[in-house]
Amino acid sequence: MSYILDIEGVNKTFGGLHALTDIQLKIEKGTTHAIIGPNGAGKSTLLNCCIGRLIPDSGTVTFNGHNMIGMQPHDINHAGMVRVFQTPEIFPELTLLQNVIIPALAKRDGTFKFNPFRSLAKETELQDQAMAALADVGLEKYHDQHAGSISRGDKRRLELAMGLIQQPSLLLLDEPTAGMARHDTNKTIDLLKKIKERGMTKVIIEHDMHVVFSLADKISVLAQGCIIATGTPDEIRNSAKVKEAYLGESEDE
Amino acid sequence: MMKISLQNNMVVMLIFSAVVLTAPLWLAPIGANYPDLLQKFAIFGIFAIGFNILFGLTGYLSFGHAAFLGIGSYTAVWSFKLFTMNVLPAVILGTIMAGVFALAIGYISLRRSGIYFSILTLAFAQMSYSLAYSVLTPITNGETGLQLTMDDARVIDSLFGVEAEAGLPSTNLFGQVMSGYSGFYFCAVLLIIGFYVSLKIFRSPFGMKLTAIKSNQTRMKYTGFNTRPYLLSAFVISGMYAGLAGALMSITDPLAGAERMQWTASGEVVLMTILGGVGTLIGPLLGVGIIKYFENIFSAMNPSALQEIFSFLPEWLGNIVVAVTKHFVGDGWHLTLGAMFMLVVIFLPGGVMEGITRLFAFIKKKLGLNRFDVDSEDHVSEGGENK
Repeated sequence: MSYILDIEGVNKTFGGLHALTDIQLKIEKGTTHAIIGPNGAGKSTLLNCCIGRLIPDSGTVTFNGHNMIGMQPHDINHAGMVRVFQTPEIFPELTLLQNVIIPALAKRDGTFKFNPFRSLAKETELQDQAMAALADVGLEKYHDQHAGSISRGDKRRLELAMGLIQQPSLLLLDEPTAGMARHDTNKTIDLLKKIKERGMTKVIIEHDMHVVFSLADKISVLAQGCIIATGTPDEIRNSAKVKEAYLGESEDE
Repeated sequence: MMKISLQNNMVVMLIFSAVVLTAPLWLAPIGANYPDLLQKFAIFGIFAIGFNILFGLTGYLSFGHAAFLGIGSYTAVWSFKLFTMNVLPAVILGTIMAGVFALAIGYISLRRSGIYFSILTLAFAQMSYSLAYSVLTPITNGETGLQLTMDDARVIDSLFGVEAEAGLPSTNLFGQVMSGYSGFYFCAVLLIIGFYVSLKIFRSPFGMKLTAIKSNQTRMKYTGFNTRPYLLSAFVISGMYAGLAGALMSITDPLAGAERMQWTASGEVVLMTILGGVGTLIGPLLGVGIIKYFENIFSAMNPSALQEIFSFLPEWLGNIVVAVTKHFVGDGWHLTLGAMFMLVVIFLPGGVMEGITRLFAFIKKKLGLNRFDVDSEDHVSEGGENK
């Protein structure tokens, strides 16, 4: 079995708080792996440890056979692990099209390229690519609007387009449908299913069980910084331990 | 078919060159067409364009760009003293030397962002100023300022057997003396080149990345960009513009003093850029024009001139008006500048360019036009438009 991401014994504490305790997680290539858990369980912390925003106190994060601990965020991005943020991290002063061109440029130009005399207007290939990425998430008609002016749900989808245009081998999605209306959520699910057919591996953090069970091949349950169960959706659905820790409570929400 | 649009670089450059080169004509009616002031417009124009590449695109506010201005000036004068009175080596060496210093200062200052970056650049500029005044006196000639002397080496000039004249030689471009209008046209050509480079940067992927860093630097890192070299490049480029401007100051008047490096000089270019419109292509130039023109008009006025202006008023009223306004002219013209700056920042946060953009929008609405081909809003955000 080939694992694209292998998290081994990761610990992270903030002051006296154990945010992550001995996390063991293996993500198989080409699958969609959901991580669920109550608020404060450490889901976002785990993603932050993967993309270099946080450095774990101990343990290793191996991606495609390379250790990611201590690597710069931009290098991790170029290694092929890309994160879509929970609170939209976009470029509000730029247009939607430019927001998508930027990550496409990163993919093409690398971490740094000094090309002040190249004309942006002549980058038609990039622009077409960016328009296609916007069309994928249904935002092409707003392409010349400023990203700061669109709705929160649209910003989430813009972020998704920004992640997808880089064609990462592993996409980390932090609650991709939070703040979206039901029909938008369904559209996003359809889009994520479509990506799956392209063979992109995904890790999804999600609260919405509808999203989780319609997308995930495997689910890990995180509670109080520990992974309490990993299995197929059916196994998780029927696990008494998980019900107690998480699913039972979430019904009230 | 080529569209006549401001999106087209050729069109922009043709208009810009025409406007700059005919400045002595169209500035005549307001009495601003004498060479000394025209040179100032062009030189500070270069300074502000360069400053805007850093501040306008990346949002990093440097309070130390006067240091590069000073370095350019000193280098140019040394080039006159050591090598030749020809201005070309002076311009090139001044720009390169400023670039080298910008690389060093930028490398350290860019470890911090926001106010800490501004303070670091300010500290470096004040250090340069103090050094020029004290320790480095052998190089800078301290308080007196660096100037030409009769026994300067000028190795290249003497190599080519340029005849020593009576008195100090004057700066020249292959024989053409660089004073008066010829000095202005030399500066104007460099201004046009400088503007072209800035235009290319604004409309390049590189420029868009700089804008994106201003918008959300954290996101840029997670998008796969190493932001530090981008910021450093922008810093060095803008430092080189400042060095070029400094060298031109020495060309039009071959004397370099330490006061050129003082923080007030750094502050002036910040004012000009903000007044005109940060992050726009033309805004900083408008800021330069406005500040330098009014400085010229108001600082030259004195109470008796005011008396004449207000002579149409009844005498008692005229006296009161003069008594108040005399504090705003002459040496006190900075009061006028301060008031002007406050008005602009409060009512037009985007500077004069925002006023122009609003005016165009208003006219468009009045005329009921759906689309103006001439879009005055040449904002950085236009970079990605598919034209």
